[in-house]
Amino acid sequence: MKNSCRTTPTRRVPDKAGHFGIYGGKYVPEVLMAALAELEGAYLKAKKDPAFQKELKYYLKEYAGRPTALYFAERFTESLKGAKVYLKREDLCHTGAHKINNTIGQVLLARKMGKQRVIAETGAGQHGVAAATAAALFGLSCEVYMGTEDMERQALNVFRMRLLGAKVTPVDAGSRTLKDAINEAMRDWSTNVRTTAYVLGSVLGPHPYPMIIRDFQRIIGREARRQILAKEKRLPDLLLACVGGGSNSIGLFYEFLSDKGVRMVGVEAGGLGIETGKHAARFATGSLGVLHGTYTHVLQDSHGQILPTHSVSAGLDYPSIGPEHSYLHELGRVQYTSVTDSEALEAFRRLAELEGIIPALESAHAVAYAMKVVPKMNKKDIVIICMSGRGDKDVQEASKLIGGEQSVAGGGSESEG
Amino acid sequence: MKDKIARKFADLKSAGRKGFIAYICAGDPSVARTKQLILEFEKVGVDVVELGVPFSDPIADGVVNQRAAERALRNHVSLADVISLIQDVRKKSEIPIVLFTYVNPVLKYGVKAFCRDLATAGGDGALTLDYPPEESGEYKKLMDAHGLATIGLVAPTTPDERLERILDFCSGFVYYVSRTGVTGVRKDVDQSVSGMVKKIKSLTKKPVAVGFGISNPQQARTVAGVADAVVVGSAIVQKIEQSGSSNKMVDEVSRFTGELVAAVKRVRLRSGR
Repeated sequence: MKNSCRTTPTRRVPDKAGHFGIYGGKYVPEVLMAALAELEGAYLKAKKDPAFQKELKYYLKEYAGRPTALYFAERFTESLKGAKVYLKREDLCHTGAHKINNTIGQVLLARKMGKQRVIAETGAGQHGVAAATAAALFGLSCEVYMGTEDMERQALNVFRMRLLGAKVTPVDAGSRTLKDAINEAMRDWSTNVRTTAYVLGSVLGPHPYPMIIRDFQRIIGREARRQILAKEKRLPDLLLACVGGGSNSIGLFYEFLSDKGVRMVGVEAGGLGIETGKHAARFATGSLGVLHGTYTHVLQDSHGQILPTHSVSAGLDYPSIGPEHSYLHELGRVQYTSVTDSEALEAFRRLAELEGIIPALESAHAVAYAMKVVPKMNKKDIVIICMSGRGDKDVQEASKLIGGEQSVAGGGSESEG
Repeated sequence: MKDKIARKFADLKSAGRKGFIAYICAGDPSVARTKQLILEFEKVGVDVVELGVPFSDPIADGVVNQRAAERALRNHVSLADVISLIQDVRKKSEIPIVLFTYVNPVLKYGVKAFCRDLATAGGDGALTLDYPPEESGEYKKLMDAHGLATIGLVAPTTPDERLERILDFCSGFVYYVSRTGVTGVRKDVDQSVSGMVKKIKSLTKKPVAVGFGISNPQQARTVAGVADAVVVGSAIVQKIEQSGSSNKMVDEVSRFTGELVAAVKRVRLRSGR
């Protein structure tokens, strides 16, 4: 694989004002500016505080189950007849996704700041569950905002959050998905800013969130880099991860950014196909703008109104992308592509059959892209896919779409029924 | 032009009166109705109109203003439409009009074009909610160059060290957000308003308007006791929603607004007594 990296980003971003090149920043109403400064101050202090780092490390190991495995997917590799494929098993984290890496960190920070209450938004429900879990662990009250359409798609996760003692508040505005859940969480935060910490779930939002969440997710790549060096005595050729807001992908990519031979691809949700307009591929048809406090690629119309998105996966169904991804895209350091709903569903099934691993529909997007690209690679090449979450939450939705025992390709032929 | 806003506040001061600023969302329920409302507002004594630009994701707004934006967006009202509405109003009225907008429609329109077209249409300024001074250096320069007021927000959570920076950024007037939270109808006035307004006034000679949550004549009067002007938004928007597309809507909303104006106008400056 030829490495197309033009520039190697250094660890300079974001700058003090939260900019990744021209992207990022703090585009929020005045009422939140002080809270962002407070959060940034607490974070920078905690970052240098050995006691905080020790506590974080303790919970990540003893509670979340880190380090997660870097698993050689042998049968999947054989089936593709190309590069060796490893899976970074974030699905094995407690609560079933990488989200817990961030929520333990942020809830510990909230506790440091003396906040008694945390709020969160959720799309697929994974971040909501991880936030509710961390809040339960540290005895803080938790309220999670979730779009009503997502509540339907992810009913099991709604129950899990409630079981964990969180209040789940339905959001019935706009597209009734992740975007609207963030709107509502920001309104709550604006109102209760003195007592409440907003635990944001991805590398989105105003500074310092994209930086903090990236830093809490960096552990994915830090472990993967060490693990692959131990197993293969060399660095991988290609990293693959799905990109909704972009936290699992930045988490995997970040530690490899300076490794010039390592190519990286972020896979967005192609929905029903880019040409249908029903997708969430920001780099395909998005343009620059501000959503939820950050300047980045946004799916919007010619008047600056945010467009509805579509993806089979609730966690990727979001109209903007983390600002650092826009920066890495501009530098050419990371390539971005998309796969469709049906390609993701096919990958969902294939990985389950071949490896006994049911990926989250989000992670299945990265698997689907691997199915396209790995067969074209050399047998000596090494690929790491971030298995960002497990697919148990998706089985109900997937069973409707795949149609029980019918194959995806067969697609339920009525005439024979 | 911001001169017009300055003149308005100077006139109010010499008359010993407080100002009344009415917020409505442009295009709710239609652009034609919005125009009628602005013209009627002038007749009932509104001093400045704050014209909302509908946006799909209004994070600083409560449900009342969100629904108004949704109604306007169903009519496909864009920032360009709002600017031409101002131009249209200018054929009949010189009432100061400032836009109340989120930054994204402005960025999409283009900051340069926005300032130029708003000034050409006869607009007087803008309050861009999610565009703090830290991010809006270029915008500020262009707005200044076109003689447009840049109204900045001060919140109860604004620390002292930021306050001066915001006051520097502000022209036309300073908008103090009377409580943490989003726009909406509230039962009471936050206790901290008086102290914060005094603090702001000790640091600047610019007029201070207070808004967010003021919804009845009593509250308007209370706030007018400390501020130079009172902003009422959601309560008026709610009235528009209740009257819907009825022909009486403009009359009903103007009458309601007139009552709020009257409450504010009954408050006299001490020096005016």
